[in-house]
Amino acid sequence: MTAIIDILHNPLSLITLTFLIYWGAGWVQRVSRQAWLSPMLITIAALIALLRLTGMSYESYYESGHMIEFWLKPAIVALGLPLFNELQHIRRQFMTLFLTELAGCVVGIVSVVLIASWLGASREVICSLAPKSVSTPIAIEISRQLGGIPALTSAIVVVVGMIGAAAGLKMMSWGGVKGGVSQSLSMGTAAHVMGTNRISAYGERYSAYATLGLILNGVLTAFLAPPLVEWLI
Amino acid sequence: MAKQFGIIFACLGIGELLALIPGLNIPGSIWGMLILCLSLERGWVRPHTIAPICRFLISNMAFFFIPPGVALMLYFDLIAAEWLPVTVATLVSILLVFLITGRLHQFLHNRFRRHDRNN
Repeated sequence: MTAIIDILHNPLSLITLTFLIYWGAGWVQRVSRQAWLSPMLITIAALIALLRLTGMSYESYYESGHMIEFWLKPAIVALGLPLFNELQHIRRQFMTLFLTELAGCVVGIVSVVLIASWLGASREVICSLAPKSVSTPIAIEISRQLGGIPALTSAIVVVVGMIGAAAGLKMMSWGGVKGGVSQSLSMGTAAHVMGTNRISAYGERYSAYATLGLILNGVLTAFLAPPLVEWLI
Repeated sequence: MAKQFGIIFACLGIGELLALIPGLNIPGSIWGMLILCLSLERGWVRPHTIAPICRFLISNMAFFFIPPGVALMLYFDLIAAEWLPVTVATLVSILLVFLITGRLHQFLHNRFRRHDRNN
């Protein structure tokens, strides 16, 4: 057991392991034919289980993990290309998009704050929940401003992203949201970068709208969360 | 290859500087994205130059999310403490945001198109 742990402590083996599990997870998804069983989800679950079983701390994983996580930032920058490709269309519909985003942003904040408050959550937890729809860096800042727990916020944001990516399209088809553009916008709004990533499989055009949802919701939430939370609790 | 990475990281670098502006919680990567978009629009960067790296990064984004996902293991206790309000509020809120954003956009979009056609 200790031999295995020693091998695992090597950053290279952890990265290799991450790749291998991810590859295997893709096969599992295909074979099981469950769309929601994304390789990302499976890999995360498998790695958490492995770390728990071997008693390794997250910090040990992070020694190598940070090299993978690092690429998120350039990947977000890369979203600028699909956004550019759609710019003409976006300009023409700007009012529609902006109003929709405003509604989505407000609903996102108000619903989570009210429900958590009704169910007896503490003030810090409520404040941690408020910015849940937007990307981690923005959400953490807002959470800090409001007096929430940034670590909790970042965990919730990841969970929201995973749920949104896995179940968002299903939720929307059940709820009668049919247009590809409407769906993409919502994916970016409700599930930030993960939602955007999920919808990008359907085409660059959809990436653009999801990205737009992500950006607008991020900016609007940054401005509206503090006053809304103040007003609500 | 170097040129493509250079452009992406240049945008990211400038973005990280802009993120230091106090008061606005916009992360560096989002600024970077906007800068790239602006650069493309202004013609400083050609789409076909940057397309391969963008395609690669975007299509593999899920993989890059694995470490933050694994980090969840640190917060099981935090979430478990108030799991009921957290879970219910989160799930209901996600559903509402999806449905309201989606339906509203669909509605406004169709309204706008019908209006356009009448002109």
